[in-house]
Amino acid sequence: MDLSVKKERRYHSKIHPQKFALWAGCASIVMLFAALTSAYIVRKAAGNWLEFKLPVQFFYNTLVIIISSITLQASYYFFKKGNAQLYRGLLVVSFLLALVFLGMQYSGWLSMESIGVELAGNPSGSFVYVISGLHAAHLLGGIAAIIVALVHAFILKYKVTNQRKLRFELTLTYWHFMGILWIYLLLFFILQ
Amino acid sequence: MSVVNYDEDVLIKEQGFDDHFHDHHHGDKYQSNFITTYIFSQDHKIIGKQFLITGMIWAIIGAGMSIIFRLQLGFPDDSLTWIKPLLGKWITVNETTGIGTLAPEFYYALVTMHGTILVFFVLTAGLSGTFSNLLIPLQIGARDMASPLLNMLSYWFFFIAGVVMFCSLFLSTGPFAGGWTAYPPLSALPQASDGSGAGMTMWVASLVLFVVSVLLGGVNYITTVLNLRTKGMTMWRMPLTIWAFLITAILGLLSFPVLVSALLLVMCDRGLGTSFFLSEIFVGGEALNHVGGSPVLYQHLFWFLGHPEVYIIILPAMGLTSEVLSVHARKPIFGYKAMVFSILAIAFLSFIVWAHHMFMSGVNPFISNFFVIFTLIIAVPSAVKVFNWIATLYGGNIRFVSAMLFAMGFVSLFISGGLTGIFLGNAAIDIQMHDTYFVVAHFHIVMGIAAFFGMFAGIYHWFPKMYGRFMNETLGRIHFWGTMIGAYAIFWPMHYLGMAGVPRRYYRFDNFETFSHFSQMNQFITIAAIIVFFLQILFVVNFFVSIWKGKRVTTKNPWGATTLEWTTPIDAGHGNWPGNIPAVHRWAYDYGKDGVEFIPQIVPLTDEEKENEADLH
Repeated sequence: MDLSVKKERRYHSKIHPQKFALWAGCASIVMLFAALTSAYIVRKAAGNWLEFKLPVQFFYNTLVIIISSITLQASYYFFKKGNAQLYRGLLVVSFLLALVFLGMQYSGWLSMESIGVELAGNPSGSFVYVISGLHAAHLLGGIAAIIVALVHAFILKYKVTNQRKLRFELTLTYWHFMGILWIYLLLFFILQ
Repeated sequence: MSVVNYDEDVLIKEQGFDDHFHDHHHGDKYQSNFITTYIFSQDHKIIGKQFLITGMIWAIIGAGMSIIFRLQLGFPDDSLTWIKPLLGKWITVNETTGIGTLAPEFYYALVTMHGTILVFFVLTAGLSGTFSNLLIPLQIGARDMASPLLNMLSYWFFFIAGVVMFCSLFLSTGPFAGGWTAYPPLSALPQASDGSGAGMTMWVASLVLFVVSVLLGGVNYITTVLNLRTKGMTMWRMPLTIWAFLITAILGLLSFPVLVSALLLVMCDRGLGTSFFLSEIFVGGEALNHVGGSPVLYQHLFWFLGHPEVYIIILPAMGLTSEVLSVHARKPIFGYKAMVFSILAIAFLSFIVWAHHMFMSGVNPFISNFFVIFTLIIAVPSAVKVFNWIATLYGGNIRFVSAMLFAMGFVSLFISGGLTGIFLGNAAIDIQMHDTYFVVAHFHIVMGIAAFFGMFAGIYHWFPKMYGRFMNETLGRIHFWGTMIGAYAIFWPMHYLGMAGVPRRYYRFDNFETFSHFSQMNQFITIAAIIVFFLQILFVVNFFVSIWKGKRVTTKNPWGATTLEWTTPIDAGHGNWPGNIPAVHRWAYDYGKDGVEFIPQIVPLTDEEKENEADLH
């Protein structure tokens, strides 16, 4: 991003500063969701709580996001190995899977509404909408990063450089983080 | 007695680290014209000044508001016609009695904005934003922040947050008026009060932008401290300022997202009809649809940020104070490691005491016990710090310059404000004390005035580094003594008001028989507040005049300090050091060692020192 970053990295950095910064950013996202899920627990303990079944799309979607993480990781593997075709192909697949995930989340919200669990109803439903919606909003950031990766993959000449490796690793880290976050949220909803 | 001879430039050249920074002229790319140098600057020193000056503007606005509501409290029977041109419809002057009175909603709006502005814009952005930016790269030996771009964005998000908040002051329904804590239902129902509509929407928008600024800044500060330290700058050689900024940034990174989640739920309640915080509410005789929410839930979320926030405010002030005390007492800071561990302990405890803000809002009294105990435990690391500050001063060769006076004033205020915290930390005493002026006095002294004193100490001390000139010393001392005496004159009497049960947030007391005999005390407080306000204007004048007219700094290290920022040229350009980055050989507090007045961090250990160090291990 900035030259000074590369220039000044010297004595104490086992990890690249930008990667470290991304991890720090992830920590703040963890706190955001930790706050919401603890609010869920506190509110649930107070009673007047509607019980309902999570939409089935949420479960299929978990598979989708796991597969997208795998394809993205594989794309990175082939990027480093010098297989430009698989690198580009798998990147496109990951991008499409990301869109599928968003679409299925939306259809999940629709089916929640169809069984009468509305956003403006009992807080038990509102929490699921808001938490999964906020996750989707953060996922948009990941999709934006994948779009940037796509632009690089198809416009720039194929070349393995440290800078491009770093960019890819940052995208990858964030995408895996989004997947793990979703799995946490789903387990939370199931177990709560 | 040994004499250490060294030439800083030679040391930096021979011992320092060549990072090839000056081989490329990339540094110039963001310092090529007026706009990139002073407005959209990516240089940490300029960004620090931007935070400081923006914070000063907000401080004047926020303090000005307090003067207006203090006039109402101190002089409820005066005409106040003279502020009518400023306040317009928010003040009504009774034609028969000639008494001018603030509109009650406007009084609340003033109190709300005063709190929001001072807590977030002045004491968070203006304090840690200014000094983290200025000092982190300079004191750890880095060319700039890890990401100068994000650093610039951090300032501009703060700026936009300020613009939004400033605009909300001019809404015809007034700015948000439900208290700086924005408790529902006043914050969650647009129809609850005048300020709850557009005022609250803009308040939320402004705060979310502000949190973005804090997070961008915080990620940068943490990354820079952990990754970009110069050769030899181990964690245990960092000045206490850097420790304080690091922990402050971590606190911000972990607590501000919780505020965002609370505000997100508030916005859902406002706009989407959810009932997270609302239940069984009637407005104007009409029952609302909201069922099943819990307003106390909001308080939990808010104070999970709110309590760490007070340490986000006070820790940088503590760091600045530690540094200034040590430099001007010409003594090593007493108990360096104890200072670091007490910062860590305070930071950890700050996350598990939030419910002490809620003892009287219906939380389970048995849960309160838990929070009482952890709250009182905070007194232990705080007392360690106070002890160490006093021990640092003890037997020191104290230079009573303005910076030092303010640092010592900080210690005084932190003690008196901290002691009342022990009262308020007890759930049982809160039955009497909650929501009274005792609380107002406590937090204004311990985190308001004390944090300002830390900030003033920092400004007077590092002004030569910022502008290559000194601030006027005489005006600085007038500023100190006036503010020190004035601040106690304002807040000391409030303890008595609070113990007598005078509640906060009431806009007039003269029609209550119980409180009417306090009218002269309220008048006294108001007069003191006005005097203190004008002393701050004096400071601002001193600040800006000194930028252009102050006495020039002629040596690189005017205070005889050991830390790295004083090895840069007087007017350091982008990249901070013209040649190599200096390497560090010792901790930051070698004052009066072996009869030498001070030994900068860049001076290598003597053979004797090396032997001593080997003996220790």
